[in-house]
Amino acid sequence: MFVSPKQLRAAGVLGLNERNCDFIMRLNPRRYYPRVDDKAITKQLAVAAGMAVPELYGVIANQGEVRNFSRIVAELDSFVIKPAQGSGGDGILVVTGRSSRKRDSFRLSNGVLVLEAEIAHHISNIVSGQYSLSGTPDKALIEYCVRFDPVFAEVSYQGVPDIRVIVYRGYPAMAMVRLPTRASDGKANLHQGAVGAGICMSTAETLSGVLDNEIVDEHPDTGALVAGLLIPHWDFILQSAARGYDVTQLGYLGVDMVIDEHHGPMILEMNARPGLNIQIANRTGLATRIARIDEMFRPDAGAVERARAARREFCAERQTSIEF
Amino acid sequence: MKQQYVYGLSALLAIVGLSIFAYKWQVLGFPVKKDQETSVWTIESSIGFDSGPGSIKVNLHIPTLTPGFRMINENSVSRGYGFSVNYGTGGREAQWAIRRADGPQRIYYRISVYADARSDQSDTTPPFPPSPVINEPFKTAVDVIVAEVREQSADTASFTSQLLRRMNDGSPGPNVALLLSDVATRADFVASVTTILASARIPARMIHGFELQGRLRNAEPLTWLEVHDGDRWRYFDPSTGEENLPEHFFIWWRGNEPLVSVEGGSNVQVSFAVQENHLDAVAIAETQAAEQSANLINLSLYSLPIQTQAVYSVLLMIPIGALVMLVLRNFVGIDAFGTFMPVLIALAFRETKLFWGVVLFTMLVALGLSIRFLLERLRLLMVPRLSAVLIVVVGLMLLISLVSHRLGMETGLSVALFPMVIISMTIERMSVVWEERGPADAIRAGVGSLIVAVAAYVFMGLGWLEHLIFTFPELLLVVLAVVLLAGRYTGYRLLELSRFKALAGN
Repeated sequence: MFVSPKQLRAAGVLGLNERNCDFIMRLNPRRYYPRVDDKAITKQLAVAAGMAVPELYGVIANQGEVRNFSRIVAELDSFVIKPAQGSGGDGILVVTGRSSRKRDSFRLSNGVLVLEAEIAHHISNIVSGQYSLSGTPDKALIEYCVRFDPVFAEVSYQGVPDIRVIVYRGYPAMAMVRLPTRASDGKANLHQGAVGAGICMSTAETLSGVLDNEIVDEHPDTGALVAGLLIPHWDFILQSAARGYDVTQLGYLGVDMVIDEHHGPMILEMNARPGLNIQIANRTGLATRIARIDEMFRPDAGAVERARAARREFCAERQTSIEF
Repeated sequence: MKQQYVYGLSALLAIVGLSIFAYKWQVLGFPVKKDQETSVWTIESSIGFDSGPGSIKVNLHIPTLTPGFRMINENSVSRGYGFSVNYGTGGREAQWAIRRADGPQRIYYRISVYADARSDQSDTTPPFPPSPVINEPFKTAVDVIVAEVREQSADTASFTSQLLRRMNDGSPGPNVALLLSDVATRADFVASVTTILASARIPARMIHGFELQGRLRNAEPLTWLEVHDGDRWRYFDPSTGEENLPEHFFIWWRGNEPLVSVEGGSNVQVSFAVQENHLDAVAIAETQAAEQSANLINLSLYSLPIQTQAVYSVLLMIPIGALVMLVLRNFVGIDAFGTFMPVLIALAFRETKLFWGVVLFTMLVALGLSIRFLLERLRLLMVPRLSAVLIVVVGLMLLISLVSHRLGMETGLSVALFPMVIISMTIERMSVVWEERGPADAIRAGVGSLIVAVAAYVFMGLGWLEHLIFTFPELLLVVLAVVLLAGRYTGYRLLELSRFKALAGN
């Protein structure tokens, strides 16, 4: 049931207390939080820095603007509604199409048909702050719905798989791909039941997956092997993640990216308190890699150089099956 | 660097807290255990007399130095008399005076004391007494006795013992018999003994006091002999010559003078009554602290009105609850709703008691949650929805109270003590988690909150801890120090040892 702290320490595992105390509080100054906590600001900064982000169709900032919703999406068939200050993927609604008969009912990523009024209610919930971190009034973003790259077709159940890269002091430290499942309701969040699979930083190949802190080899819904997928555009992904640090100045950062079929990798959001499950998905402790980055850290290194260093240094041994 | 600050600050807080604690405990005598009681004796002397035609002046010897006892308070009850305390040769004297009085009069003087072994005889060393002027033939008798006793003794103590044995001998020699010829009372006896001791240049005096035991309606003062050996006062039983003092012997006055003198009155009667009470040791420590004019006492919560004390005895336990919650969350890793919600629930448990607390809380949250799901369908905005949940919670509390009252279960009434706003927020948070992350997460966090609340309740309900914190609020500084240290704890949480077990041994 339990292992000794010594074993975890030897494996270089980072714990929540250490993450909060030594990294988040030390490296992430409070004043920079809005840059990642408010997705509207993140998007603005990323666009200004010339990074690829999903196109923003519209922002609904108060209850009065909720009625603008139908005008914003009048020409659109698919889009995503998300709270600007949401956390953990809460409150995100993915609309993949419209009912062929009725123009005012939308089909969600899980196949359910909903009325425009229901979506409007959801938006007003977002605006009133139900999903915001602090419970304060929020904005709802309506943006491009990513059509994910076919490389993930076999290992996703609805929803959009995304790639989470932990960036430590500007250097990508660890990465995983998060695959939606039926249980996660199409959301790519591990605590909601998505499968996470570590990515070897050098080869861009996926490792075995993790579901609810347990190692899995197959996707629970599709049955396809999770390990061994080759992530396309890997260099670009690592470089974008590294530039996420330049944009936010947060020393301990999670960058979430998606790979669009047409537009390639895009930054979806960034996170100042990225979770620790990525360690299980990679079967590697973060502390070890963080220590290595501290060794090779150079303040003047550019994003490209930092991405290259990460690719050179961090290669996970491939392990597809684990004995317990 | 920050680490050092935290350690330094924690150490400082802990040292300050523990020092004040140690001072109050060891020096001022505040009790660390609950219900520590000390015997307090109240001795009341009542003086009755018939008033004469003119002005009246009453003098009463009252306790001055009381080895083995400390005074808590004293007071006098007398109608229309002026009252003052003077220092005479035998110690303090209370004086009552009135210009005119009619009929029988009664004056009371009352003193409350408690036993304290540390209260020593702090009298100054008396000078050698001058040789008393004694007439013949007594002088020769005294000289002979002194010479004989001196032969048979080594020091002051043995001299006194030997002298008393001689004086008490059943078949006294002619010299002793001569000296005892006009001795009628024990006081006379002790007076002549002090005279003989004075001839031997030994400071001695008569003491009068009471053996304090339980309740005495009519206590008779007992005369004893006090002898100074150059170092300290020693006590001798005048009737046996043994050096001892009865247990709980409270010295009322010293010297040969009569206890009371009344000018302008007649038919004087003095009686003493002793009453033993058990007083909270805290109260006594406070008096003592006030006596030593310790400013710390101003920090004592016992000086507050009783109702406020009751409030604070509960409030002061909240830091303990917070500490328990901190340990369970940051060291064990239990998931719970809201930061302080479990502590507030634990506070409510104090009133409802544990079993009913858990039952009522679960019932309230379950009912509230189901109604919250109905509200979800109405698509209300957040603030109105929260208000609706709050109103529903209040309604549910009322309902539970009414139903349980009807069923004759009075414990159900205590549901009203739950913090309704906190419960509403819990229901709201739980329903959001339920929707977003599924029932498993919601129930896990709900059960986690309950576990934390129960643990906090258990610790906050420890009687000795409550007493300790209430009597020594400075211990909260130590709690603060622990909390600060915990704030820099970067080790693994207990549940992480299970969560990351797949990574171990890699």
